[in-house]
Amino acid sequence: MLALIVFLPVVAFIAILLGAPARLTAIAAAAVNLVLGTYAAFTWKCGCWDFSIPVLAKPAMNLAFGFPDGMSAVMVLLTVIVTLAAVLSGKAPEGREKLYFGSSLLISAGALGAFAATDLFFFYAFHELALIPTFLMIGMLGRGDRKEVAWKITIYLGLGSIVLLAGLVWLANLTGTFNMGQMVKAAGTIDPAAQKGIAALLIVGFGTLVSLFPFHSWAAPAYASAPAPVAMLHAGVLKKFGLYGLLRLAVPLVPEGMNAWLTPLLVLLLGNILWCGFVTISQKRLDGMLGNSSVMHMGYIFLAIAALVAFPENPLAKPAAVLLMFAHGVSIALLFGLTDRIERSTGSIDLQDLGGLAKSAPTLAFLFGIAAMASIGLPGLANFSGEVLVFLSAFKGYDPTKGLGPVQIACILSIWGVVISAVYMLRAYRNIFQGPAVKSTESAADLSLADRIPALLLILALFAVGLYPNLLLNLLK
Amino acid sequence: MPAYYLEALTVTLGLLLLLAEAFVSSKSKAWVGVAAAIGLVFILAFTPFAIGPDASPGSGWAKWTLWNFYQFDPLSRFYKVFALVTTILVVLLAIDYRKILARYTDHPGSENGTGEFYALPVLACSGMMWLASAKDLAGAFVALELVTVTFYILVAFMRRNVGSLEAGVKYLILGALSTGFLVYGIAWVYGSTGTMDLDLIAGMLEDGRSASIPLTGLLFGIALVMVGLGFKIGAVPMQVWIPDVYQGAPTPTTAFLSVGSKASGFILMIHFLEPFLSSELTRGPVLKLIGVLSIATLLFGNLAAIPQTNFKRLLGYSSIAHAGFLLLALASGAPGTDNGLGSAQVVSVYLATYLLMTLGVFFILAQVRIQRDGESITDFNGLGQTNPTLALALTVLLAALAGVPLTAGFIGKFLVFQLAVNAGLWAAIGVAFIAAAAGFYYYLNVVRAMWWVQPGQKAHVTLPLISKACVAVLTIATLVFGIWPQPILALLK
Repeated sequence: MLALIVFLPVVAFIAILLGAPARLTAIAAAAVNLVLGTYAAFTWKCGCWDFSIPVLAKPAMNLAFGFPDGMSAVMVLLTVIVTLAAVLSGKAPEGREKLYFGSSLLISAGALGAFAATDLFFFYAFHELALIPTFLMIGMLGRGDRKEVAWKITIYLGLGSIVLLAGLVWLANLTGTFNMGQMVKAAGTIDPAAQKGIAALLIVGFGTLVSLFPFHSWAAPAYASAPAPVAMLHAGVLKKFGLYGLLRLAVPLVPEGMNAWLTPLLVLLLGNILWCGFVTISQKRLDGMLGNSSVMHMGYIFLAIAALVAFPENPLAKPAAVLLMFAHGVSIALLFGLTDRIERSTGSIDLQDLGGLAKSAPTLAFLFGIAAMASIGLPGLANFSGEVLVFLSAFKGYDPTKGLGPVQIACILSIWGVVISAVYMLRAYRNIFQGPAVKSTESAADLSLADRIPALLLILALFAVGLYPNLLLNLLK
Repeated sequence: MPAYYLEALTVTLGLLLLLAEAFVSSKSKAWVGVAAAIGLVFILAFTPFAIGPDASPGSGWAKWTLWNFYQFDPLSRFYKVFALVTTILVVLLAIDYRKILARYTDHPGSENGTGEFYALPVLACSGMMWLASAKDLAGAFVALELVTVTFYILVAFMRRNVGSLEAGVKYLILGALSTGFLVYGIAWVYGSTGTMDLDLIAGMLEDGRSASIPLTGLLFGIALVMVGLGFKIGAVPMQVWIPDVYQGAPTPTTAFLSVGSKASGFILMIHFLEPFLSSELTRGPVLKLIGVLSIATLLFGNLAAIPQTNFKRLLGYSSIAHAGFLLLALASGAPGTDNGLGSAQVVSVYLATYLLMTLGVFFILAQVRIQRDGESITDFNGLGQTNPTLALALTVLLAALAGVPLTAGFIGKFLVFQLAVNAGLWAAIGVAFIAAAAGFYYYLNVVRAMWWVQPGQKAHVTLPLISKACVAVLTIATLVFGIWPQPILALLK
C-alpha cells in the first residue's frame, strides 16, 4: 500500500487548498509519512507494499508503486525524513502559508512517487510533478533576482527532462513495456548501437537534473535563491532522482552503452569535483557556497556509478552510491535549514559581514559545526561511510599488474575533493562563527526549541548511518 | 432512435432559437443562450440511444437511401458528442462574454445585437455533427459549408470593431479559397473513380477495378482535398489566416474555431483518408504527404509561438502546433484494432483532451479581456496574487497544453509519440521533441507572468458563476483524465 504514502501529501495539499491550517496540516502529514515511510522502508522485503491499478490497456500502463529493491526503500526513507525537517524549519512569509507549505508537500509527493514507481510513465511523471512547485516557489518567494533564476532553472530542467523523455521513450520502445521490472528482464536484447544512443540521452537527461558538469550552472543560483524548504527538498531529495534513474535504468539496461561513454563521464565528474570545487572556494556568500558544494558532491556519486559501469560485478559501487545519496541528502538539507536560521537571526549570509556568531548563538554554532563536518566527511557521520565506500569501490576489480585504469585515476584525483571541501567549509565556519563579533551577530538569537527539532532529526539520521552503516546496507542486500 | 434525429433536433433547436430571439427583451438576450445550452444538453442526453441501420435492420428508416450519405459508428458518435459538448461550452462562454459583444454590436446597455450569437453556434454544431457521419463527399461538402458559412458571421460578429471585421474579411477570402481547393479536389477524385461515396471508392481500390483508376489524377485530387481540409485544421501552409483571425474574432468564436472547427476538419480527414490508407496503391504517397505537412506544421506552430506577446494570438499558434501533433498521429497510419488504439482513435483522444484544456483557457482569457481590458500576456501579470485559485487553474490548463505529465495533455502527446515510434517516423519525432520543448517555453511564459510578476495597477479578476463552474469542471477533468483516461477510451469503443 505504498500509494498511501505517496498520496498522503497530495491529500494534505488539497486540504490546505480547501482551508485547513497550512503549517499544522503539512507538519501532521509529514510526521505521519515519516512513521509510515520508515516502517515501509525497513519492511520492504515483505513484498506487501506493492500497489497497482491499470491506467491504459494498450500500451499496458499501470499506476504502480512498489519496492523493486532496497535502493527505492532508502530513497523513500530519505524523502520522508527530509520532508518533515523541511516543513518544520520553514517559515512562510505573511499571507503565503498555503503556497509555501502546499508546494513543499507537492514536491515531497512527487519525489516519493518517482522513487516508488515501478512503471516508467509514472516514474517520469511524478518527478515532473515535483518540478513545477519548485519553479513556482523560487519564482515567487525566492531571494535576489528570483525571476531570472527561476526562469533559468525552468528552461534548464525542462530541456533536461525532454532529453530524458526521448531516452526513456526509446528504451520503452525497444523493450516493449513500461513495467520497469520487465524492462530490466529484457536488458540483454538491446543492440549496442542503440545502447550507445540511449546511454547518451540518459546521461545528458538525468545528468542535467543532477547538475552534472557542464549542465550544472542552474543549481547554485537556484539553491541560493530558493526558500529554505525548497532548497532542502530539491538539493536533498529531488535532485537524487537523476542518480536514482541512472542506477535503476541506465546501468542495468544499457551497460555497453554506458561503458562506451565511460571516459567522457569520468572527465565530467572530475569537472564536478575539481572545477566546481574551486568555484566553491571562491564563493562569498554562504548560500552560494552550499549550492556549489552540492554540485561538487554529486561528482562522488557519479564516480560510484562509473565504477559500477567499468566493473559490473562490483559489489560495493551501488551500496556506496545509495549510501552517499542518503548521506548527502540529509547533510545538505541540514546545512540549508541552518543557513536559513543564520539569515533570519543576523539578516545576512555574506561571509564577509559575519563573525563571532558562536558567542551569541552557541547551539546554532554547534549544530552547524556537525553539519559542516558531515559535509567534509568526518568519520562517525554518514557522509564518511558513503565516501569511503565510493573510493573503495573504484578500486574493485583493479589489477595491479596492469597499472591504473581510468576509474582509478579519476578516483585518485577526486580524493583531492575532500581537501577542497575542508578548505571551503572550515573557512566559512571560521568566518561566520569565530573571531570577534560584529554588529549583526552581537545580539543574534539562538535556536529555539522548535528550531532544534528538525536539525536534531537530521543529525540523528547522520549519526545513525555514520556509526552503523549496516542500518542501510542491510536494506540494500 | 435513428442517429440522424440528433442533427434534425439540433437544426430545429437552432431555428427555434432564431425565431424566439426576436421576441426576447433587448435587455436580456442571455436567455437565448441559456435556452440553447439547455436544449443542447437535452440532445446530448439522447446520443447514447442513437443507432445506425445495422442495429435495427427491419425498421423502415433503415432502408432509406439516406444511409448512402450517412454512416454511424462509434467514431461518429464520439464526434457528435464532441461537437455538442464544445457548442454547449461555447454558448456558455458567450453568455459571460455578452458585455463585449453588446459594446460592439449595439450601444452598450442594450443586448439587441447579441441574440443571434447564441443561435448560430447551434446551427454550426449540426453541421459538425453531420460531418462526423458523412461518407459521401458531396454531403460532407454541404455540411462543411454549413459550418464555414456560420463561422463567416461569427468571426465578423462585432461589426463595430475593426479587428473583428478585418478577421471576418480574412476568414471569408481565405475560406472561399480553401473551399475552391476542396471542391476542385473532390472533382478530381470523382473524375478518377467515378463516385463520391467513400465506401465505393474503398471497394474499388481493393478489387481488380483499381487497375483502371488513373493514379496521378486520384493523388492530385487527394492532395487538393488535403489543402482544403488543411485550412480547417490549420496545417502549414494553409495556416496563414489563423493568428489574425483568432486575434480579431470574438473570444467565444475563437474558442469555437480552435476546438469545434478543427475537430470537424479532422473527422472528415479521417473518414476521407480511410479508403486511401487501406489500399497499397495510395497508402505510401498519402502518408508521405501527411508526414511532410505534420513536420512543417509542428515547426511553424511552435517556433512562431515563441516571440508572441498577445495571449490570444499565442493560442492561435498553439492551435497550429497541436494540429501538427494530430497530423503526426495520422501520418503514422496505424489501423485501429480491437485492443489497440489506431491513428483515428489517438486523434480523437488527443482532441478530447485538447477540448478540455483549450476551452478552459478561453473561459479565463475572456474574463481577463473583460475585466482588465486586454489580451496580452502582461495582462495576466500578478494573477497569482490577486486570485490564486484562478491562477492555479490556468497553470494546470497551460501545463496540460504544454504536455506536462499527470495532465490530460500528456496522455494525448504520449499516445501520438507511441504511434510515431511504432511507425518509425524518426525525423518527425525529432521535430516533435523540439516542438514540445518550445511548447514548454511559451506556455510557461504565461505562468511566469501570473506568478512572478507584480500585478501593479491591474484590476482584480473574478470569474462570474457560469465561467467559474466551467473552469472548475474543465480543470478537474484535465487532471482526472491525465491519470485515468478510461472514460474517453470507453466512448471510442
